[in-house]
Amino acid sequence: MSYFNAAMAARARQLVSLYPKARSALVPLCHLAQEQDGWLRPEAMEEIAELVGVTPAEVRGTASFYDMLHTEPVGRYVVSICTNIACLLDGAAELLDHASERLGVPVGGTTADGVFTLEEAECLADCDHPPCVQVNHRFVRTTTADAFDRLIDELAAGGRTEEIPPHGTLVRIRRSGGLRVPPDEIARERAQRAQGDG
Amino acid sequence: MAEPQAGPPGTVTFTLDGRRVTGREGELVISAAERAGVYIPRFCYHPRLAPVGMCRMCLVEVVGPRGATLQPACIATVEEGGEIVTDSPKVKKAQDGILEFLLINHPLDCPVCDKGGECPLQDQTLAYGPGESRFVEEKRHFAKPIALSELVLLDRERCIQCGRCTRFAEEVAGEAQIDFAGRGERLEVAMFPTRPFTSYFSGNTVQICPVGALTATPYRFTARPWDLDQVESTCTTCAVGCRVAVQSSANRLTRLLGLDSEPVNHSWLCDKGRFAYEAVNGDEVRAGPAAADGRPVTLGSSHPRGAFAGEVIETASKVGRVTEPMVRAGDRHVRAGWSRALAEAARRLGEVRAAHGPEAIAVLGGGRLTNEGAYAWTKLAKAVLGTDSVDAQLGDGLPAELVLALPRATIDETCSAPVVVLIGGDVREELPVLFLRLRRAVLDGRTRIVEVSPRSTALTQYAAVSLRVRPGDVPAVARILAGQPGPLPSHPAGPACSPEQLAQARALVEAAGGEAGSSVVVAYGRSSLAEDPSFDAAAVSTLAVAWPGARFLPLLRRGNVHGALDMGMAPGILPGRTSLEGGRAWFVEHWGSVPRARGKAATEVLQSAAEGGPGSVRALVLVGCDPLQDFPDAALAARALAGAEVVVAVAGHPSPALDHADVVLPVAVAHERPGTTTNIEGRVTRLGQKLVPPGLAWPDWTIATALADELGYDLAIGSVTEIAEEIERVAPAYRGFSPGYLDQVSGHDGLVVPLGTADAPPVAPIDPMATPGIGQVEQQGAPPRAGLTETVERELLAALHPEPAGEGAPAPMRRPAVEPVALPPPDHYSLRLVSTRRLYDRSSAVVGSPSLEPLVPPARALANPSELARLGVQDGERVRVTSPRGQVVLEAGADAGVPKGVLVVEFNLAEPAGAPNAASALIDATVPVNDVRLETL
Amino acid sequence: MPLTDAPRIVTARLSYPDSYTIERFLETGGYQALRKALTMTPAEVAAEVDAASLLGRGGAGFPAGRKWSMLKPDPVTYLVVNGDESEPATFKDHLLIERDPNQILEGVIISAYALQVTQAFIYVRGEFALGLERMEQAVNDAYHHGALGRNIFSSGFSLDVVVHPGAGAYICGDETALLESLEGKRGFPRIKPPYYPAVIGLYGQPTVVNNVETMANIPWIVANGGKAFAALGGGRSCGTRMFALSGHVNRPGAYEVEMVKVTFRDLIYDPQLGAGVRGGRDLLAFIPGGASSPWFGPEHLDLPLGQDEVGQAGSMLGSGSVVVMDSTTCPVRAAWRITRFFARESCGQCTPCREGSGWLERILYRIENGGGREQDLDLLLDVCDNISPGVHWPPEQTTICPLGPSIPPSIASSLGRFRDDFLVHIKDGGCPHG
Ligand SMILES: Cc1cc2nc3c(=O)[nH]c(=O)nc-3n(C[C@H](O)[C@H](O)[C@H](O)COP(=O)(O)O)c2cc1C
Ligand code: SF4
Ligand code: FES
Repeated sequence: MSYFNAAMAARARQLVSLYPKARSALVPLCHLAQEQDGWLRPEAMEEIAELVGVTPAEVRGTASFYDMLHTEPVGRYVVSICTNIACLLDGAAELLDHASERLGVPVGGTTADGVFTLEEAECLADCDHPPCVQVNHRFVRTTTADAFDRLIDELAAGGRTEEIPPHGTLVRIRRSGGLRVPPDEIARERAQRAQGDG
Repeated sequence: MAEPQAGPPGTVTFTLDGRRVTGREGELVISAAERAGVYIPRFCYHPRLAPVGMCRMCLVEVVGPRGATLQPACIATVEEGGEIVTDSPKVKKAQDGILEFLLINHPLDCPVCDKGGECPLQDQTLAYGPGESRFVEEKRHFAKPIALSELVLLDRERCIQCGRCTRFAEEVAGEAQIDFAGRGERLEVAMFPTRPFTSYFSGNTVQICPVGALTATPYRFTARPWDLDQVESTCTTCAVGCRVAVQSSANRLTRLLGLDSEPVNHSWLCDKGRFAYEAVNGDEVRAGPAAADGRPVTLGSSHPRGAFAGEVIETASKVGRVTEPMVRAGDRHVRAGWSRALAEAARRLGEVRAAHGPEAIAVLGGGRLTNEGAYAWTKLAKAVLGTDSVDAQLGDGLPAELVLALPRATIDETCSAPVVVLIGGDVREELPVLFLRLRRAVLDGRTRIVEVSPRSTALTQYAAVSLRVRPGDVPAVARILAGQPGPLPSHPAGPACSPEQLAQARALVEAAGGEAGSSVVVAYGRSSLAEDPSFDAAAVSTLAVAWPGARFLPLLRRGNVHGALDMGMAPGILPGRTSLEGGRAWFVEHWGSVPRARGKAATEVLQSAAEGGPGSVRALVLVGCDPLQDFPDAALAARALAGAEVVVAVAGHPSPALDHADVVLPVAVAHERPGTTTNIEGRVTRLGQKLVPPGLAWPDWTIATALADELGYDLAIGSVTEIAEEIERVAPAYRGFSPGYLDQVSGHDGLVVPLGTADAPPVAPIDPMATPGIGQVEQQGAPPRAGLTETVERELLAALHPEPAGEGAPAPMRRPAVEPVALPPPDHYSLRLVSTRRLYDRSSAVVGSPSLEPLVPPARALANPSELARLGVQDGERVRVTSPRGQVVLEAGADAGVPKGVLVVEFNLAEPAGAPNAASALIDATVPVNDVRLETL
Repeated sequence: MPLTDAPRIVTARLSYPDSYTIERFLETGGYQALRKALTMTPAEVAAEVDAASLLGRGGAGFPAGRKWSMLKPDPVTYLVVNGDESEPATFKDHLLIERDPNQILEGVIISAYALQVTQAFIYVRGEFALGLERMEQAVNDAYHHGALGRNIFSSGFSLDVVVHPGAGAYICGDETALLESLEGKRGFPRIKPPYYPAVIGLYGQPTVVNNVETMANIPWIVANGGKAFAALGGGRSCGTRMFALSGHVNRPGAYEVEMVKVTFRDLIYDPQLGAGVRGGRDLLAFIPGGASSPWFGPEHLDLPLGQDEVGQAGSMLGSGSVVVMDSTTCPVRAAWRITRFFARESCGQCTPCREGSGWLERILYRIENGGGREQDLDLLLDVCDNISPGVHWPPEQTTICPLGPSIPPSIASSLGRFRDDFLVHIKDGGCPHG
């Protein structure tokens, strides 16, 4: 069994090692699996279960709690439009309707070519640029129907890949600093400090 | 009654609805109130699970420094001087509100719901709920029931998200195969699509589900709760002795529910114990109109469980049961009435005895009998027939003289011993609920386990040290644990456990301290059926000598085997944990006669019957056992049955050995006769009778008395009560024990014999919400002791410390010296065979239960991956395994938990139709160890 | 800074286009406060923060200094920073994370030193992909700069910081749900008692949880002294604070202003801040502190932006977000959308929150879309009462976390303020606002 490819597997091991308890890496590993495949495949959940020492049912149960983790395939671009209060006051519902028409899918749907998935989002914390739109969790600040159409055209034509990687890729910066201070070292340090105090 | 003033230490006094009451320090309001007679409604709280405070049904007003606030009684703890209000309008409104919330999305399908009639949601709606629904929106919908496993179905629309099932799976069973998925309104219980809920304990989730969301396929649609009638009893599927409520409808068992017994099962059951009642019904199952494919479904065939909506047909001759006395006529059996069958049996046995002496008769089996039945059969065998060749263990046990002589530990003592040394097989497979208890004890930090076993087990991950051993290694390991360093038997692949591990284990035992091992409990069973029992016995013996303060918990697993041994069903012993010699005078006085000399154990019996010749066993009486299935060495059993001149079988279920029987006598099985049973710790509990035995079947003890009559001897016991009284009089370990005590003082917890060795802890009242559907047991079974005042309770308990036995009573047994047989050295070409047990095997309880039978796994040849690699065998490849006894073709499996040099073939598993039990085809029970060769096809 | 001459404490760097880089950070005084802190004893640093009277910026407004002093002594303790910002219309942490991650990190390192914690986690909302990258970069830069890892700036103090991504669940902003989430579980808030993080927190160890903006204030406090911070603002509300202004205003945005000295009117109408209601329309109402706060009307405009002042007036500053609704706004629709948010974000543990939120949302939806019945208004309030008895302010909490009781206030206040609007919806069979 090995779901993660070689490069991802190394990153998976690093993720697990960052935390005092392996299970903490569960969500980061789900993100990693989405980076590899765009969504969270059953095989991925089984491997993550093994990596963090829980059952696959627990991985599925936990992952399904979170909106960003998809246990069904999604498009290369997940377009999220916020319709929460601030955006609602500025035409979010109308933009969402427009998006649905433009992409030809209902909210939650994926285009037949598998390029776009449309989602209605809760507040994305960019309320001074309403209605707020994200593509693959990058703020695109596309607030009008026209601008939205241009964005879709651009993405469909393969543009803006620098700024917007395929769905699933969240953090492209690799951790290069030190690793976790081993717990016994912490204990030693504390003991020393306690002695110094006393 | 005077109001309690400041309570004794460890208690707090608080105000509950204006009354002053006492609770225990740190106790939850919900349970303190319950003990004070105030029942706070609840859904998610379960006394055996950690509280989560999710359902919010138990909100009560807690008066604190900032005024009264609504808090969940399952989270809040009682405080000295605190004030709790459970009956204010605010509380009532909050509880009504919760019920309304729970009902808005709950389907109103009570008439077709299994839980209808015993549903806490339904009941509480009647008790507290609003009349009319204010919810006019559309209800939440989920696809109809989904199968979580072969045994458990989930209807998500009915779920109220209390998390009892998911918490049970994770917290108690340690197998989180189900978990919450989703969030908020869409929160649902779910499994991983390709990983069903296969836990051996899955049925408990059905038991504790407070609504009809989880249902069990065997019970589904079989009965309406108000038609059920129930009795308190004990599960005898294994020897843990879990307390149960047995429910039936129209003389058919419909359901078993676990009773909450503090010293034993904490309300849990394993699925085998819970569902094997199907074998008692012994019906043919026929698909009803709703069956998926419309084909009739018959016994033993696997039907699509999730879709099962079949009807159960009670056939005239129950296909899974023996219902009529029969005698042999040529090569077939013909129906005979009881008198003819008994006369025939008595005549044939009498002839053998007359011609060859009493030693030519042997009685095998007894683990399925009640204590009273076992006593009657022992008396018949030892006093009437005059043979001591009686054995309730079929070559799968340990010497009775050793087991009965060792100081016994209770389960509670084991679970609180600083160190438990565990020798034997996989507790989860053999004594499942004991596994739950041990796992919890380890997780709660109460005990640490040193495991000594031939392969890794379900407990290995919880053990502080787990020592792998090969067949024959155990005595040497025991010596090291006992502080007598020495080498392990040599093996080309090196020792199966490292010196460091051994040292670590020894250090643990030493660190636990306690004089002479008094902080250690040794839990011991048979490591493997493919090696001589003297290895395990010698190891245990070594520890008993080294640690005179240690106590011992025997892990013999078969039904009521401990009751049978206590009643004398083994060679060399007499009832009440007495040796044949030590009890000779006493029993001659009471019985008239006892056997001249120590008889043969099962293996010797079968060997003797197979070989024939002068002085050999010529008549076999099988009491609820089948050597062809139960004895580790099938070839020997077959030769014995063929060689015996007379075979009399007392049987409840059909089995291959009956083909050899000259007389077949139908016997009542579990739930069909009253009596008592004794579990691994020596706890005696009641067996309730719920059914009338089928056809002409008789209770076990009546068959013994009737046969004695035919032989011209009056056993002088005319009822179960009379037998119990005689046991109390003559069996030393049962001195002072009257089954009446079970009603008076022990509630549903039973009592440990000898009386006075372990006090019964107080019994909690039955919480109707902990096990919905069990609420009425107290009216039907024993009254819970919680109702007694403390003084009365003390007086009654004092009666449980009987006067020492008088003049002439047998002395307690002395531990026999046990030496292991010589261990032949391994060769480089063979693997040493280990045969362990699985929960679901081809025992009649499983095979007779249509719901369980499909769960029996196939036998495989399991070896260490490196061993398979060395032999060039792929995981999953079919291989031939050859022993001097025979050869079988099996699928090979890689298992890192098996030591190098060892091959594991589990006992009595599914085989291609008609094929023999693979393990017993390989095992020679007369040699110290069995070496086998493995080759690719 | 408009209105008062208070310094910019947390947004000083934001006007630089490269404000998020370590270079700009160091050029503008970055890590000076940390160096200073390391010359002090941990207790001295904590004393400065306590003297500053810095109220937590995550919503509950608990004094940071007091929270720190409650951390139970134990060989293993943790500091967890809450950057899950998901409260509707709140977007100040987003800005700080994306535009000045180093400042947050400096605050974290100083705080960890003061608390003598050797492992800290920064939990960043998963939807902030860019913010996550910048935070991760800041951590890498800090390691390479010697500000993180073993023996920071040769002081003998060691600290490791892990940036942990969320994955989309508002409830993980609740500190105990956040800890569950950080442990790799679903974000179910924990029961209090006993799970007060300062006693039983991450992995069962004592833990301090602080908001991102709270952390961002720490370097300034250490550099300038707690007293200087406490001299700003008024009453218990000291220093400056970021307010996220959105909705029908001309200049939506996050503004750092001195607390108490500035009023809602200033925030909404000052030309350098909100610059007035859009189109010159009338103000209908405004939400002063997040989705769970009761709504305010024009009569509240002159209330100062202070925690106690707003609290006494019957609402809260909460997460520091102000949503302005002009006269064209349909209050039913607004209340419905807020309720739907809670229904979608309830974790599902507590019956009243799980079932009640969806029920309320459906009733409001019906009213907005023409299916309302007169009895629905009483029903709304009674269902609210079953979630939070009394439906008063502050709400009584009978659930595990405050999310459930957060549902009634917006319904009760919109219904209280605009009952006629609701009735028109019911009578006319739908929304008159089109
Ligand atoms: C439902 C809910 C959501 C919350 N969301 C956030 C959040 O997004 N960010 C935040 O810092 N605090 C949030 N909080 C408050 C935190 O529980 C906690 O009080 C805060 O992080 C403490 O930091 P502070 O003392 O620095 O304010 C939320 C609380 C609740 C009940
Ligand atoms: S109040 Fe709501 S969000 Fe909070 S714990 Fe309960 S169900 Fe979850
Ligand atoms: S919240 Fe106490 S029983 Fe459910």
